Amino acid sequence: MKSWPVSGSEVLPFLIFTAFLRPPRRAGEASRPLIEYNIWAVSVIIKTEATSVNYHILRKDKLDGFIKSLARKMKVCAPVAKGHNNFAFEEVSSAGEIALSYIPTILPPKKYFMPQREKMLDFDLTGDQPKDAANLEAPGMAIFGVHTCDLAGIQCLNMVFSEKPRDYNYILRKEKVLIIGLECNAYCDGHASCALVGNHYPNGGYDLFFTDLGDRFIIHVNTQKGEELVEGMGLAKANPADMSALDAVREGKKKAFQNEIGTELKDLPAVFAKGTDSKVWKEVGDRCVSCGNCTNVCPTCYCFDMADTINLDMKTGFRTRTWDSCQFGTFATVAGGENFRSERSERQRHRLYRKFKYPIDKFYRSFCTGCGRCTRTCMAKISLKDTLKALVAENK
Amino acid sequence: MTEIKNSNWKLRKGQIIAAKQMTAAEKWFDIKLEDGDLDHEPGQFVQVELYGVGEAPISVCSSPTKRGSFELTVRSAGRLTKHMQGLGKGDWLGIRGPFGKPFPVKLMTGNDLLFVAGGLGIAPLRSLINYVIDNRREFGKVDILLGCKTPTDMLFGDEIKGWQKRLDVEFRCTVDRSDPDWKGNVGLITSLIPGVTITPEKTFAVVVGPPIMYKYVIAELLKKSLPERQIILSLERHMKCGMGKCGHCQIDHPKNYYCCKDGPTFTYEEVKDSKKL
Repeated sequence: MKSWPVSGSEVLPFLIFTAFLRPPRRAGEASRPLIEYNIWAVSVIIKTEATSVNYHILRKDKLDGFIKSLARKMKVCAPVAKGHNNFAFEEVSSAGEIALSYIPTILPPKKYFMPQREKMLDFDLTGDQPKDAANLEAPGMAIFGVHTCDLAGIQCLNMVFSEKPRDYNYILRKEKVLIIGLECNAYCDGHASCALVGNHYPNGGYDLFFTDLGDRFIIHVNTQKGEELVEGMGLAKANPADMSALDAVREGKKKAFQNEIGTELKDLPAVFAKGTDSKVWKEVGDRCVSCGNCTNVCPTCYCFDMADTINLDMKTGFRTRTWDSCQFGTFATVAGGENFRSERSERQRHRLYRKFKYPIDKFYRSFCTGCGRCTRTCMAKISLKDTLKALVAENK
Repeated sequence: MTEIKNSNWKLRKGQIIAAKQMTAAEKWFDIKLEDGDLDHEPGQFVQVELYGVGEAPISVCSSPTKRGSFELTVRSAGRLTKHMQGLGKGDWLGIRGPFGKPFPVKLMTGNDLLFVAGGLGIAPLRSLINYVIDNRREFGKVDILLGCKTPTDMLFGDEIKGWQKRLDVEFRCTVDRSDPDWKGNVGLITSLIPGVTITPEKTFAVVVGPPIMYKYVIAELLKKSLPERQIILSLERHMKCGMGKCGHCQIDHPKNYYCCKDGPTFTYEEVKDSKKL
């Protein structure tokens, strides 16, 4: 292709040509200046080229080779069946170990970015004055088979921990992880609400993204890191038939995935703004047992506790960060004894405000990813969708 | 293994250069950082790390106009603060911070100031009072109201005697329960407010005390027609990380403020819709 700049005489025929490539005009739509048609045509040309470049094909019988080749480079984690319709992200070395059709794992991939227990600081008191160092052990790894709800969860955590003051433990760990997404062609179960929050389609957040096309996967390459990987494995580029098959999958999902609560996400912050004294919270609070399961399994719950451990030599030790839960009775208690959220209803309300109100105001994004884990795991069978529906009914 | 040189969890090293038991439960510490001044503003707090025990958020009680070291007054209340009672001159601490939004001293410039402190609330407020005293000509009339449970609970007694003698500040004090030697007011702190002359359009009230005190003091101030945004509070929560992340200090308010980052100082206007102050 000729490189820029090009002379005016070369551009003119192109502009005239593209001006005739008109986008379909909708009924009642006024005609537009010719330049708009030029812009439209160029955008279509660029887009078509880009889409065919960024998609590759992997035959399903070659998946084992793909995983094995990846596992030779780095640790690979993927969903593994654990029985009783439970799944967990674990290290794998072949495709046979992976559950390709799985409902959201017990714990989200958050555990690879913000481990349940993480050492933040080593200290040494042997000298005249204390010394400390923040050491991080984060070997490179790949997570295969991340659903779109969990990709969204990782994106939420990225926003929180990149905000100043930054959390470098999280950021450096994140940079070492290669993320390979996997599309859900159908609902996992009735607890999910991914269509409500728009997470049933991929919204970025991955290096590679797999969609099942029956006998093959079509892989969207989203990053240079992903490109280098598929290039290295010599995967074929997608052809127009593959692209149509992908479009058909996405089109089919439009019908299958429908807003699960009948209220738009954009209307929820207003409902929550009105709903601080809603009777829903009392009803939910009366059933809640404050076990903290809902927050532990949530892909966007990141509250934590810090604790010191001193070694047996009484001179060295370390500080660790562990997952905490706003559902625990003493979570908001201060040393003087005052508890600012002593009631379970207050704590449940707080949890949902942290998903549907506060983050939408602050980050323009729902921190509920629609994965449905909180409902699935709740010992008191508190359903997120039912709670939202009741709240909407009361505060429309 | 990589070392995170710029980790926000790394601690500054502070050595206690003076310590004094103030009351049965409260101890005062003067701390010098090995890497220079704390560089805080009035109303901010630090995270104090006692290696092997843990960390707790403590308000800085000295003014930034005091250079070379900073002061903390610590009540024995939780695990860490109990351990701190045993520390003295020469002991080392880990310090993170300063954290939090300070009192809006620039907005207060040129205005009359009314300070209302209850109990240990005098500690964070002292960082502002001494700042104002050191920059006295920048401000209008200054009134200080202090409430304590009993006369023996009074903190900074010697310094308070100095405030009482000054002509440029008006100091009033009350105790909930008297003792035989007490000659001052007896009663709740709210009883002192009607006696203060307030020009609502040019007065800032700064109120720091236990949560229960806010409700009644604010009601008195509103009776005096003080605008809601000229009532400044410093709220108490468990600020575990100080960086707006750990979630412990978040306030039950439609805006879900993080007390450590959006506060601890707020105008009453900002937090009046909170479930609890």
